Amino acid sequence: MIAYVVRRLWQMLPTMLGVVLLVFVLFNWVGGDPAFILAGKMANAESIANIRRQLGVDQPYYVQLWIFVKQIASFDFGLSWATGEPVSHIIATRLGPSLTVLLPLTLLETLLGIALALAVAFVRGSLTDRAVMIACTVGMSVSILVYIIVFQYGLAYKLGLFPVQGWGESFWENLLRYATLPVLIGLAVSIAPTLRLYRSFVLDEVGQDYVRTARAKGLGERRVMWVHVLRNAAIPIITHVMANLPALLIGAFLLERFFGIPGIGREVILAVERSDFPVIKAITVYVAAATMVFNLLTDLMYQAVDPRVQLT
Amino acid sequence: MTAIVHNVSPGLWRLAWRRLRADRVAMASLAVVAAFLLMLVLSASGLIVADWEQEVGVNYAPPGFVGAAQPPPAEPAQAAPTQPMQAAPAQAVPPQPMQATQALPDNPFDPLADDIRALRAQLAAGGAGAIDMYGVTDPLAGDLAQLRGARGDTSAAHAGAGRLATLPFGADKWGHDIIKKTIKGGETSIVVGLVAALLAVSLGSLFGALSGYFGGVVDDLFNWFYSIFTAIPSVLMILAVAAVLQQKGVATIVLILGLTGWTGPYRLIRAEYIKHKAREYVLAADAIGASHWRKMFTHIFPNVSHVALVQMSILVVGFIKAEVILSFLGFGVPVGVVSWGSMLNEAQNELILGRWWQLTAAAVAMALLVTAFSLFTDALRDALDPKVK
Repeated sequence: MIAYVVRRLWQMLPTMLGVVLLVFVLFNWVGGDPAFILAGKMANAESIANIRRQLGVDQPYYVQLWIFVKQIASFDFGLSWATGEPVSHIIATRLGPSLTVLLPLTLLETLLGIALALAVAFVRGSLTDRAVMIACTVGMSVSILVYIIVFQYGLAYKLGLFPVQGWGESFWENLLRYATLPVLIGLAVSIAPTLRLYRSFVLDEVGQDYVRTARAKGLGERRVMWVHVLRNAAIPIITHVMANLPALLIGAFLLERFFGIPGIGREVILAVERSDFPVIKAITVYVAAATMVFNLLTDLMYQAVDPRVQLT
Repeated sequence: MTAIVHNVSPGLWRLAWRRLRADRVAMASLAVVAAFLLMLVLSASGLIVADWEQEVGVNYAPPGFVGAAQPPPAEPAQAAPTQPMQAAPAQAVPPQPMQATQALPDNPFDPLADDIRALRAQLAAGGAGAIDMYGVTDPLAGDLAQLRGARGDTSAAHAGAGRLATLPFGADKWGHDIIKKTIKGGETSIVVGLVAALLAVSLGSLFGALSGYFGGVVDDLFNWFYSIFTAIPSVLMILAVAAVLQQKGVATIVLILGLTGWTGPYRLIRAEYIKHKAREYVLAADAIGASHWRKMFTHIFPNVSHVALVQMSILVVGFIKAEVILSFLGFGVPVGVVSWGSMLNEAQNELILGRWWQLTAAAVAMALLVTAFSLFTDALRDALDPKVK
């Protein structure tokens, strides 16, 4: 077990190195000279040279790369080019609001997805099943932008059921007042693909021998589905939820932008708009690292819930 | 005499087509997709909607079935459209700044309607300045009109000569016909989706072929690339590349999406090549001296191309959605190019003014295409899956 974890961590190194190289090539080479972006419209040769020296971009590429690696290791990416705020402070303070929206959303989506998937699998192959699946496809085809625009306009702006946008200081106010509509919209958008996926997980299990055995010994269909099938279908479901958490952190950027939630996703959008490279670099590297760690955790959990899985 | 009967067993594609033909949902969705593609070809070649930029209607002309905008009595020169959703915004207490510039239509239920009319008339009579469509006084309006008159520029007039008060599907801010704009916008979005998906599948197929066929160091190298690209969530990857590529353009979005989207096809094509490279027909090709390149692409690729086709079909849908979001955020198509995303961007602000037609047109057109494309993709995958008989 420990040997497995150590080996997996060891295997992450080349990937992490690749991510660092990729981000470095993108931003320090393809992205052009940051001094011209920073100096703005009033640039003169002297101020550009000054900025270049400050950022270290007048150094050869290998020195710049070394600076970048040191920044990653020390969690110190310097200051945001746009606001002068320390990048580490930006990430630390934006994480909370993002999680305030994401965790309830993920929890509700998973529970609702499982319940609906079992219900649909109950009537698999029927007209209801087909109709629900086609409704899912149609629901997935409407752009998330349309969901957000229409719900924000209809429910918040016109009917006044929710605040149109905003974010407060207290956690409970944020969770109960400001995060409600974003979570509902996120749920409406994500339930269709989630239901389709979970249904396929459940249907994979329904054909197994143990299900036939359970039926043969006279168990009711309800018990077969909710106890026997669900336990086994839970394995790919948990895996899917876990492995997707880091991506969700960024994936909710549209919700955060529309509702003025000061989270990581909105920060990425702002940084892209302002060419604020340090912020994007830092978020990209850390989210990539988080993705890899979560993949490892997922594999470990996979073994915990399914003793048949051998980690080798 | 016995007749020799050649029993040629139908190939994969013929069988798949037969299965598709039998599937009514597949044929219906294929028809919708084909209609969109036909529209795309016609509009790209300039046969239809080449004149979409003509300002045929009055600004924000409502759709015909809603009815023409009623010019307010106090201001005959100004065609403030009646709002189909007028009641609520006028009644709501302004909860946020958007409403500060809220249009004040002639709402018959508005208790202040008479006062507003009187005020407008008073202002107009006093010559203090015209009131624009948002009910805000512009003290320089008179000067502006003079300047415009001197330059012969009438484009900013609210009700220009010969402009229609209603259009079948309404008009946008400038008076462009929404239906033409939607077709033109669809052209951009679909072309981006198709070309980017083609690029991503080509890259994925090439990498997957090299990786699966040669194995060893080549495989390790491409697997390394794969692990890097999948460690970064695709949304973040797309945004990071968008931040770096400074010049906006349709080609830029295609590059962004194509260069970040190759991982899915790569994984599947690689697995197929590993499976196929040891099969007899490849050994036979090897025996007659076929080169690596020839074995990879003349012999094996036709046998795995159905995987690439399904992947491409999936990617087109994803990329159309991605283009819409990128363009909406302003990281996509440049100013002046219309796409469904840029239409949604404009429509976002119009909705608050009660002008819902541009939003509806772009949203419905996109949903229709994406639904049809997704249903067709599902059917195509089922039809091409040899396990399903």
